[in-house]
Amino acid sequence: MDNIKTKDLLKIKHLLGINGMCREDLELILKTSASFKQILDTPNKKVAALKGITVVNMFFENSTRTKLSFEMAEKRLSADVVNFAASSSSLKKGETLIDTARNIEAMKIDMVVMRHSTPGAHKMLLDNLDSIIINAGDGAHEHPTQAILDLMTITEKIPDLKGKRVTLVGDIVHSRVAMSNIHALKLYGAKVQLCGPATLIPKDIEKLGVEVTYDLEEAIQNSDVMNILRIQLERHVGPSFPSLREYHNFWGITNEKLAKANNDILILHPGPMNRGVEIDDDVADGDHQVILEQVLNGVASRMAILYLLSANIGGIK
Amino acid sequence: MINNILLNKSNFEELPENCVIINGTIIDPYKGKEYSSDIKIVNGIISEIKESIPTTETDLIIDAKDKFISPGFMDMHVHLREPGYEQAENFITGTNAAMSGGFTRIATMPNTSPCVDNIFVYNDICRRTEDLLVKVHQIPAVTSERKGKTLVEMTELINNGVLAFSDDGDGIQSGEAMKGALQYASMFKVPILVHEEDKSFLDGVMNESLSSTELGMAGIPNIAESSMIARDIEIARYVDGITHFQHISAKESVKLIRAAKLEGLKVTSEVTPHHFSLTDEKVKTFSTDFKMNPPLRTKEDIDEILLGLKDGTIDVIASDHAPHTPEKKNVEFDFAPFGVLGIETLFSVGIKYLVKTNVLSLMDFLKKITINPRKILNLDQDILSEGKTAELTIFDNKSEWKVDRRKLQSKSINTCYHDEKLNGLVHCVINNSKIYRR
Repeated sequence: MDNIKTKDLLKIKHLLGINGMCREDLELILKTSASFKQILDTPNKKVAALKGITVVNMFFENSTRTKLSFEMAEKRLSADVVNFAASSSSLKKGETLIDTARNIEAMKIDMVVMRHSTPGAHKMLLDNLDSIIINAGDGAHEHPTQAILDLMTITEKIPDLKGKRVTLVGDIVHSRVAMSNIHALKLYGAKVQLCGPATLIPKDIEKLGVEVTYDLEEAIQNSDVMNILRIQLERHVGPSFPSLREYHNFWGITNEKLAKANNDILILHPGPMNRGVEIDDDVADGDHQVILEQVLNGVASRMAILYLLSANIGGIK
Repeated sequence: MINNILLNKSNFEELPENCVIINGTIIDPYKGKEYSSDIKIVNGIISEIKESIPTTETDLIIDAKDKFISPGFMDMHVHLREPGYEQAENFITGTNAAMSGGFTRIATMPNTSPCVDNIFVYNDICRRTEDLLVKVHQIPAVTSERKGKTLVEMTELINNGVLAFSDDGDGIQSGEAMKGALQYASMFKVPILVHEEDKSFLDGVMNESLSSTELGMAGIPNIAESSMIARDIEIARYVDGITHFQHISAKESVKLIRAAKLEGLKVTSEVTPHHFSLTDEKVKTFSTDFKMNPPLRTKEDIDEILLGLKDGTIDVIASDHAPHTPEKKNVEFDFAPFGVLGIETLFSVGIKYLVKTNVLSLMDFLKKITINPRKILNLDQDILSEGKTAELTIFDNKSEWKVDRRKLQSKSINTCYHDEKLNGLVHCVINNSKIYRR
């Protein structure tokens, strides 16, 4: 707990994305996350760090685990928590995002956690509010807290990522997790590889210094970590790929395919999983996966982020 | 009840009977000549062009020292938003913006409400704009309600002064409709102006590129434009139609049009200032002032566009002036409408990004904003001659000025050049017996 009490300051004042962050900030967040994780293992599980602070969770898109994880983190820190959920499309027709946010802020709040379908929506909050802004996902742009919890989970097992190959598998083009992960992993010196059907790999992404392969077996053999992204069942069958059956055949992770992997390969999945599509039961519940560890680390790292950013309440801009 | 539109006032004055412009340099892209001369205007007609005209018995002397006098600029791609969207722009504010940008003549697009797809709406617009300094050529839709199906009554419209047709804002998706439109209009030697976009590609909000990948935004690929241009070049050849490609943005489009012109097809094209001066990197600001359709593309696209401007593949620079209210624009990027202002900055963006950089000479740049659009629309191009109606623009190509969106004449503020320093300034425009001075 000692390292938490000495308030180290992040260089960032808000968490909008991993892009543009420095490694020192990520290291401070991970160090603080580890301390909070210890607290989560104690019977009391709760600290008074955010007592008197009000956090609003504004979710303009469906989310179960991210919303729960944030709420859990906020309550463990003794913050007052308010939840607000609506669909982005209802926002489009009625009150504007800025008006909605200003109204909530007028009720005296300190921090806003927002998920929104449009990339950059958080910048509108930043330009119009005094609160601390945390991005819980903006379209297919960034999901920085997911990248941080993934990084925490990976570095717990592989402390030095330099030269290690991390492969993101699946739907890269519609994923907010992918872009944030790419930025975070590169800051830690990892080699980043993307694997999936060509139709789900976004244009020119190799220019970001990542490797692209369509061959899952090759990726399995050369990877130290694989992060399996969710296939959105409702979204893709059509021009992007022929069927979930074919997807599973060629890009689904199975134990047979994993037989060729190195013995210590780590399997991550940001959830929610489509068992039998991108990941099979025997992998999802197998020896290589750290999926539930990710969930626990999600709470710990979000506690760290909220806590560290709260240092700026009332005195920034 | 007060009509809001009546609160706006036109910025022009009546030109006195006898007027002389002295000390200026005439630059005439039609004759390809640049020379020092005075111009005498009597009752709105150029009565004399010669060195040192006496200024006795003149009502107005305009000193054009260190300035150029050219044919009045023409912008063949403008949205004035009237009727229907007067909150964003109207005939008065829009033509004030045009004058301030140096334009004496504009062609306006029919995506209004109601759509200009019949003689009644067309005539009403003509009547409501006839007393302005800026000549407004309303371009009617190609198809009823711009739906890409049934042709408008072209014959009647042409007989009432229509110069061209366009479903601008939407590409004509049906090949059969495009073929019919080109064939029908070619009977009258009238061009179809086309916004080229295959809508069967995904609905994007910006260029599909590394930038859209980094931003996680849905992309509009170059091929959504170029594949449609390829189709329409084939149709133009097949029916011997006259096609003008509006606001091209992709390098592939430039190459296709270059080849079609070499082949001798009746095709022409235009580009907007933002498509030769800005890249999609601008979207990283998340400012909706960089959201337009076609979207800002990449450096490689700009390089090919500059080549096309040089070799004549691109005939015209047009603004695609598209005002939207702050209320409409100041929302999440995905939800904001496409379109940016342009008519007030077109000339100065051209001077800064084309003339100062030696992509085009001043003369060649002026061709693309004076005589080339008139040629495409079958208007008189010999303007600076004795006996002609006075229609001219006086400008310098040296002044530096900073764009302030609040000081623009347009009713809207959605410019992508806010706070940027540009070069060259329009000082005065004259059309017929009307004058605007900055």
